[in-house]
Amino acid sequence: MSWIFSGEKPIYTQLVERLQLRIVTGEYPPGARLSSVRDLAAEAAVNPNTMQRALAELENMGLVYSQRTSGRFVTEDGAKIAALREQLGREKVRRFLAEMRELGYRRAEAAALLETEEEEA
Amino acid sequence: MSTILECSGLTKRYGSVYALNGADLTLETGRIVGLLGPNGSGKTTLIKLANGLLTPTSGTLTIDGAAPGKETRAKVAYLPDADYLPDWMTLRDLTGMFRDFYGDFDPVKAREMFSSLGLDEKERLKALSKGNREKTQLVLTMSRAAKLYLLDEPIGGVDPAARDYILRTIIGNYSENGTVLLSTHLIADVENVLDEVVFLKQGQVLLHENADALREERGKSVDAIFREVFAC
Repeated sequence: MSWIFSGEKPIYTQLVERLQLRIVTGEYPPGARLSSVRDLAAEAAVNPNTMQRALAELENMGLVYSQRTSGRFVTEDGAKIAALREQLGREKVRRFLAEMRELGYRRAEAAALLETEEEEA
Repeated sequence: MSTILECSGLTKRYGSVYALNGADLTLETGRIVGLLGPNGSGKTTLIKLANGLLTPTSGTLTIDGAAPGKETRAKVAYLPDADYLPDWMTLRDLTGMFRDFYGDFDPVKAREMFSSLGLDEKERLKALSKGNREKTQLVLTMSRAAKLYLLDEPIGGVDPAARDYILRTIIGNYSENGTVLLSTHLIADVENVLDEVVFLKQGQVLLHENADALREERGKSVDAIFREVFAC
């Protein structure tokens, strides 16, 4: 999998987002051991110190934890992962609503469109 | 964190032209640093001074506390911007030569990289394309366990797929004891790999900052910032 980065944001915040997504979708299941910083950095083709910073950020958020000798693991706290999923979902909805507003849609109109689109799909 | 390379008031003059004009720069160990600047800004001159291939007109440059010389050459792996290896030799001959020259050279690593890049060790250097010659030189340089890697335009002549491989090699090779200084014009390709960027302008250090902090501060990629700073 290639990790493509956009110019405007720092790489480490983009790495945090990417890794969060992998945790929420279960690509990295609860309790799973993460690859080493070096391997993750090589996979993403980013600087190892930047990857280290992103992982430290995830650790601060309580999404991963370190075990001194055996490496880094995804949290086993399902509630925490569910909360993250909801938070990411909210962010996406907020972005969607903002874009619809730009197109001149009121909230109710946007919701109606969302309904019909779902039915068609 | 210790200092691996330090320049102070570093100046190199050719006749009336200043290739470097009072450059001050300190690089710590364990960093991947991009040396960026337009043509003629002094990148290659700085790298050659660090190798002891040139002597400064004034100012000082030290590697791990010592002036460039026999002792520092054992710690520095240098990739020049031009072909420099005897082209009648095969890749296997060259691997043997590097093993004899450098105590920190790892022939197994070199062989692995040759094979990943599809380079045949039985081939003579002169039979290779320009891009493959560049890859060969880079493999030999990166197969050393040096304290400082000085890479002058390491990805300029190679295809995008090999470029990715080379950048991954640099990341994979990264250690807390090694510093990589690489000069390039292909900023967009390398910026995600860099810890720090150094902008050289007319022989002086215009900027030296953490790459991600710079992006955060200016809300732009390093590539975009470079284009702004050096707009013609």
